[in-house]
Parts: sequence; C-alpha cells; structure tokens
Amino acid sequence: MSDYSTSILPPAARLLVPVLYAFSIFLLLRGHNLPGGGFIGGLVLATALVLRVMVQPDKAPRLDLIVLAGIGLMVALIAAAVPLFLGQELFTGVWGPEFALPLVGKIKLGTVLVFDIGVFLVVTGVAAKILLVLLAQLLSGQTAPRRRS
Amino acid sequence: MPADSLLIALPLIIPLFGVALLLCLRRVPERYCLGITVGLCLLLTAASAGLVAAVVQDGVLVLRSGAWPAPFGIALVADRFSAAMVLVTAVIGLAGAIYAIGHGTAKFRGFFTPLYMALLLGVNGSFLTGDLFNLYVWFEVMLMASFVLVALPGGRPQLEAAVKYLVLNFIASAFFLVGLGVTYGIAGTLNMADLAQKFATLEDPGMVLTSATLFLIAFGIKAGIFPFYFWLPSSYHVTPTPIAAVFAGLLTKVGVYALIRVSTVVYTGQQDFIQSILLPLGILTMITGVFGAASQFLIPRILSFHIISQIGYMIIGLAFFTEAAIAATVFYIIHHILVKSNLFLVGGMVGRQLGTQQLKRTGGLYKTAPIMAALFLIPAMSLGGIPPLSGFFAKFALVQEGILLGHWIAVAAALAVGLMTLYSMIKIWNEAFWKAPPVERSAPLSRIPVTMWIPVIGLAACTITFGLFPGVFFEFAQDAAAEIMNPRAYIEAVLLPAELLDPGEAAAPAAAEAARAIEAAEGIGADAPAPAESAPDQPSLP
Repeated sequence: MSDYSTSILPPAARLLVPVLYAFSIFLLLRGHNLPGGGFIGGLVLATALVLRVMVQPDKAPRLDLIVLAGIGLMVALIAAAVPLFLGQELFTGVWGPEFALPLVGKIKLGTVLVFDIGVFLVVTGVAAKILLVLLAQLLSGQTAPRRRS
Repeated sequence: MPADSLLIALPLIIPLFGVALLLCLRRVPERYCLGITVGLCLLLTAASAGLVAAVVQDGVLVLRSGAWPAPFGIALVADRFSAAMVLVTAVIGLAGAIYAIGHGTAKFRGFFTPLYMALLLGVNGSFLTGDLFNLYVWFEVMLMASFVLVALPGGRPQLEAAVKYLVLNFIASAFFLVGLGVTYGIAGTLNMADLAQKFATLEDPGMVLTSATLFLIAFGIKAGIFPFYFWLPSSYHVTPTPIAAVFAGLLTKVGVYALIRVSTVVYTGQQDFIQSILLPLGILTMITGVFGAASQFLIPRILSFHIISQIGYMIIGLAFFTEAAIAATVFYIIHHILVKSNLFLVGGMVGRQLGTQQLKRTGGLYKTAPIMAALFLIPAMSLGGIPPLSGFFAKFALVQEGILLGHWIAVAAALAVGLMTLYSMIKIWNEAFWKAPPVERSAPLSRIPVTMWIPVIGLAACTITFGLFPGVFFEFAQDAAAEIMNPRAYIEAVLLPAELLDPGEAAAPAAAEAARAIEAAEGIGADAPAPAESAPDQPSLP
C-alpha cells in the first residue's frame, strides 16, 4: 500500500497532473526564444508521471521509459544530422514555416524544434525512470541496502 | 565541405545512432543487439578509414557545428593523429564487440551494447574535438559509460572498483573544470586554436602556467601517470574481458592524446615547464608501473600495471618534445592500443579455458592449446620489444631519440623497464602455458567459441603487419608528428582568416594587418586547409 494515500495528495494530484502535462508541452514549445525548452519541459513531464504513480501505483507508464529515452536520442540525432545531408554543417538549423499558437506564441518549425523534442523525450524517460525506481524502493521499504550476513 | 563534414561527423553519428537504436531494442534478445553492434563497428571502421584517407590527402579537416565560425561554435578537427586514433578506436571497438559475443554479456542486463557504443562515442568525440570544454563533455560521456560498465555486473569487487574508479576520475574532472575556468578567465575562449593565439600574446605567464598545471593533473589522472595511477589497476581486473580490453586500449590513451594535443597546440610557449615536469613523471611512471606488475599474479592485474609502465614511454616521448620523439610516441600509442587490448583478450581466453586467471593455478596450456600460446606470444613479445614486432620499432625510435638528445636517465630507464616488461610477459608465459598444471584437472577444459578467436587473431595480424612494414606506419607517424609540432596548419584550418594573428608580429598591429591582408589576398581561408608546410619531401601515403 502506498504511503501517499492521504486525503490531500490524491485529489490534488488528480487536478495537478493534467495541468502539468499541458505545462510541460507549453514549456517545450516556447523554449526557443523564451525561458523553457526540452530539458525543463521533460523534467516537468517526468514529475507529472511520478506524481501519478505516487497516488495510483498501478498507473505506471506502459511504455518502457528507457525505450522512450532511446527514441528521444534518435529524434535529436536525426535533427542534428539532417542538415548534413542537405549540404550544410552538422547542427545547422533548417527552418520551416512559422505560425502562432494561442497561449504559446510564435512557433517556428524546424530542426531546432525537433532537436528540442528529442531532448524532451530523453529527459522525460531518464528522469522518470530514476524517480520511479527510487519510488519503488521506497514503497517496498528498502530504503537502505540490506546488510549481507 | 559537406563531404568532409560528413567524414568527420560519421565517427560520432554512428555510435550515437547505435546508442539510440540499441536503447530502443532493449527487449530484443542480446545476440541480435550484439550483431547490430558488430555491424555498426564495421561501419565505424570503414568511415574512420575514409577519414584517415581524406586527412592524408587534404590535410587538416574541420567541421564547424551549426556553421558558427570557430571561436564561437564548437569545431571538430581531424588531423592525421586524431584520425588515426579514431581508426584504432574503431578497430578495438570491433574486436571487443566480436569477442563479447563469445564471452557473453548476460550480467549487463541488456545494457551492454548501448553503453559500449556510448563509450566509443565518448572516445571518438575526445579525439575529434577542437574545443576544450567540448573535450570535458566527451570525457564525461566516456566516464559515465565506463563507470556503469564497471559497476553493472554487480558483485562486491565490481562495486568497490567502480567507486574507486568514479571518485578518482571525478577528481580529475574537477581539476579539468577548474582549469577550464582559469583558462576562460585569462583568455576568454576555450577553442584550442584560438587559445594558442591568445596565449602567445599574453602578458601574464603565471596564470597560463597555472592552467597548464591544472590540465596536466586532470589529463595525468586520466592517462594514469605516476602519482595518479591508482584507480587503474584497482578497477580494470574485475571487469569482464571485452570491456577490460577496450578500457585498457583506449581510456588511458585518451588522456595521453589530450596531453599531447594541449601541450603542442595551446601551451607551445610553456614547453620548458611541461618538459621539466613530464620527463621525471614519465620515468617514474615507467618504473613504478613495471615494479607493480612484478609483484602480481593475476593476469589482468599484471597487464593493468603494464599499461601504466607503457604510458610512461609515451609521456617521455612527449617530454622530449622533438618531431622525431613525437613521431615515436604516435607510433607507440597505436602499437600499444592494439597489443594491450589483444593481451587482455588472450588473458580472457586463458581464463575461459581454465576457469581462472590466477597464475598459481594455471599451467599446461602450451600442450593443450598451442595456438593460443602462439597468439599470446605475439603481443607479449611485441610489448616486451622483441625485434621483428611492432614494440621493438616503437621503443627503438624512442630510445634513439633519447640518446640523440642526451636524456641518459630516461634512456636507461626505458631500456631497464623494457627488460622488466619482458620478464613479466615471460612470467605469464611460464606460469600459464609452459609449466605443468599444478593440480590434476577433474573438469574437462572449456571450449573457446570461434568469436573469441577472430578478434585475437585479427589483432595479432595487425601487430605482425606493423612489424613487417614498419616503414609505412612510421612514415605516417612522422607526417602526423610534423603536423603536431607545427600547429600553424591546425590553427589556420580552424580559425577564419580575420581571426589569425601572427604571434611574432602581434606586437605591431600594423604589421599584423598587413599580414592578414596578404593572407586574405592569397586566399588562405578557413575553407581551404593550408597545404602541409612540413616535410614536403615525404611522399604522402597511398
């Protein structure tokens, strides 16, 4: 049984988790010129995932988080390498159209955004994995490594 | 340019692609992942060979990431030395990956292959970067991957080794970071080519020496030179053989590479200081390493101590600081990587066959496995410096240069340590192969899978090729040394023409302006690598 089934945390989490999901996407999209970006967005999303597992231990993410990190790494690599095959240097931004989104503001499509999405996935996967492993140890009572007799 | 850029980028893109792909394939059976790893290593070898060919043909190649000009963006630079190191890395990576198939990687819980590729990524990045902070990042990539590879198999000795390894390498990272801070504080840049220019015109040599010392300590810990080598023999011997072989071949050599690169490009004005420190340290490294080996009876531990003693040779080669000595060092590094990795792999085969690598309990392999005995003898005699093999030519060139320069103590130490190395190798030979087995064996000998034979035979063939055609490889090493000792071509390739200052004329801005104008008129731009100004009479390699 989880230690976190207090009368405050679960209702709060039910409200907070969807907000955090939206907030992480918001941070990811506005990060090119304003505070935010893939790294911070990923940390927020990881927090949301962990918060959900804390109040509902059966709701662990179905996708293997390590695989998610691998996919993110691949996305980032593709974003970095695409310009190389278009006759430009590694990591050069290749830009697409620009449009505006409500709340977020101007979004410029391009390899830089794709790279940020890759970072977003890597950070989400790794941070959530680390926290969930620690949480699982905490919940099973193994806070300290058992001594060998 | 894009073709060149692609060639420089591929040694990084291929392993990074491997990390991403193999993380995604975590649930796929390990043997398929190992197959993919071997395939990627083959690709990496081909790409690296292409890079070497391009560098031999066109001189220094530069990739400016994000198309930012040099001091602002991160430049990746390939000259003969770094390209050769990348190629050797790919060869060792291939050998280790094939060996791992036969060795088995079950203890790594599915993380062996992505970490292995991450390790190669970090090593290649360290060799190719032209920026000191970027070098720090690659060191960390390498450190993280190697730390997890040491710790993951999980027993108590592994964890103990991992802690020692991590703590000492973190101390190195701390020194490195402080050095970076000091350097940035005095010069305002961390691009090596840019630093070379800024330091040449700097008024305050005291701070430059401080930063040089900090880097010396950081890279010294990585390279395993004299007072800092303790992490090495206490961590390598508990790692599984394919990992130990790759570590032994590559990790310390990255430190040596960084020492050579930094002291020849950035700290050219501090040569006397660097020489006065490195020469005694190199001699002590050789001697302490070889004495450490003499008292050991576990094969990988003996070999670990010999890494240290061999690093000493490379360090005195750098300390001699002449073109011939650097050429000998380059040759030495490449020879050593191939030989040392191979010795670890053969040691692992002995362990697989007899169930132990403890020399007191081995014996009799000469009768039961004569081919293995021969395959041990090739790299062992090469390491000891027996004439027709690669080690002889490496040591010969170094000692010859030492005699010419009159560094008698270094020469005497090099010769004595060579003899002691031979003693150690003969000790392994006697105990593992020659003497009768100490107890009657009840269990039959384990069979050695063919995937363990292939890399060992391949690396032995490389050693023999080095010994049969030393001229070809030495010519390459001499060209590489000429590039290293005349960093002008490196600097000109990295920086844009407007950034270039002639150190001699920097005091007179008008003259520098004129020189820049002339250079611009002659079209010596960043996009056209300057022709190799060194050794014009030597034919380039096919």
